[in-house]
Amino acid sequence: MIITKPRDFSRIIANLEGIGAKRVFLMGCGQCATVAKTGGEPELEAMAAQLRDAGYEVTGWAVGEVACHLGGTKLETRKRVGDIAAADAVLVLSCGAGVQTVADSVDRPVFPGLESVFLGNVIRAGVFEERCQTCGDCVLDLTAGICPVTTCPKGLLNGPCGGMWDGMCEVLTDRECAHVRIRRRLAEQGRVAAKVVPPKDFSAKLKPGSLSLREERRRDARKRHDVTQGGRS
Amino acid sequence: MSKLRDALDVGQFVVTGEVAPPHGTDLGAMLASVDRIAPYCHAINVTDNQGATLHLSSLAASRAVLEAGSEPIFQQTCRDRNRLALQSDLLAAWTLGLENVLIVTGDDPRGGDHPKAKGVFDLDSTQLLEVARGLNEGVDMNGAPLDGGCDFLLGAAAFPEAEPSDIQLERALQKIEAGARFFQTQAVMDVDVFAERAAVLREAGAKVIAGVLLLKSARVIRFINERLAGLMVPEHLAKRITESPNPLEEAVELATEQVVALRDVVDGVHIMPLGADEALVSIVEGAGLA
Ligand code: SF4
Ligand code: SF4
Repeated sequence: MIITKPRDFSRIIANLEGIGAKRVFLMGCGQCATVAKTGGEPELEAMAAQLRDAGYEVTGWAVGEVACHLGGTKLETRKRVGDIAAADAVLVLSCGAGVQTVADSVDRPVFPGLESVFLGNVIRAGVFEERCQTCGDCVLDLTAGICPVTTCPKGLLNGPCGGMWDGMCEVLTDRECAHVRIRRRLAEQGRVAAKVVPPKDFSAKLKPGSLSLREERRRDARKRHDVTQGGRS
Repeated sequence: MSKLRDALDVGQFVVTGEVAPPHGTDLGAMLASVDRIAPYCHAINVTDNQGATLHLSSLAASRAVLEAGSEPIFQQTCRDRNRLALQSDLLAAWTLGLENVLIVTGDDPRGGDHPKAKGVFDLDSTQLLEVARGLNEGVDMNGAPLDGGCDFLLGAAAFPEAEPSDIQLERALQKIEAGARFFQTQAVMDVDVFAERAAVLREAGAKVIAGVLLLKSARVIRFINERLAGLMVPEHLAKRITESPNPLEEAVELATEQVVALRDVVDGVHIMPLGADEALVSIVEGAGLA
């Protein structure tokens, strides 16, 4: 899930002041930001109270199912069209993807209410760790299911580096070195470490990423069609 | 012609030293240091933004060392450049007459003087060794032939005394596979442990140049223990220096003993006098290497 944390309230106020907004509509997210306890119902209520204390009027708030889902968010904002029309700005307590989805769904100025920090694993309730940076060229097959791209602070594919000491990382000294863990797990599973993990393909992660399952299906269908046609002739 | 390569090839015990390029453009102090230590060294490492702090580039400083009549070891870290820049700097190094290269990962920017910098690490040191070996064979990292290749003597860093030792060893052997012909190691603390582990690397075909660090004061020892990643000065060595009436003299004596002991077990020593160039001279003379 996407991990978010509260944004500095003074920045939010500065954003609202910047456009002279007095009335605000709030939106949250029923998925990640709810689990991260940053953009669910309780957090929206708290934000509404904080804004009222600061002299703003809150015209309403809504927590859609998934803020980053364009269809769902459009539907949600249509349901609240009156409250949104009564507001000068919409403050969104979700990750940046959700903020942009809301911005595409309403005609009011939209501001981020949270900071988006990483794609995180839920270790236990309220404890999140970054384990994957969605690099598009996964090496977990070579690294015993431990991602060096993310969990080695230097992102080295071959390690450990010269600063490792007693199995611990030189940069984050309270953590085990990712490469020590990788080599140990490979050994425990009777697997040999790759001679040299080759350089990463950074073109697999060109910005902005996009993927359309429809187009992929169409392409596959065309390929199958070509093959069967080719087989007949 | 690389004197370092020639010396290692014929099995001569080599001595390497180290200088840091300036934080600015005045090469005076660095060249003065080169003048003092060069007569006692086969080659001198020129560091590359060491400790992730800004210095003049190792490429230009290495060339300055060469022009001053000494042999540099051009250090290249993976921290500050991507694969295009790394390769083009290596090609540049060859045209500038730099034949020895030490390839290291580099310290994380978070520990340096520009903590907001992006650590590049597009390639890691093992991958860069492979790339440099390719350049030696006349091809870039895509396998495309070069218009004129290189013939570097390639070195890497190793830390034989670090635990877990099996993982360290596996890692160093991987670097040999990737093209490392010599290692310069982290400072030796226990010669016996070190010798045992260095032997494996030598058997695998690499030359081992052992790091000898001048533990010149209580302050230096404290700094190493608290700030230098990985390195730990054992209690008995720390005591010997801190309890001596003349710590610097004692440190020179200790380093000299280490060099003498290492003479029979490795291919050379890399002396790190931490600015005390006179001490390097005393150590080399004291060990009978001058
Ligand atoms: S290598 Fe790491 S960052 Fe890349 S996809 Fe796999 S887990 Fe994610
Ligand atoms: S100690 Fe290990 S995890 Fe930490 S930076 Fe070095 S290689 Fe990466």
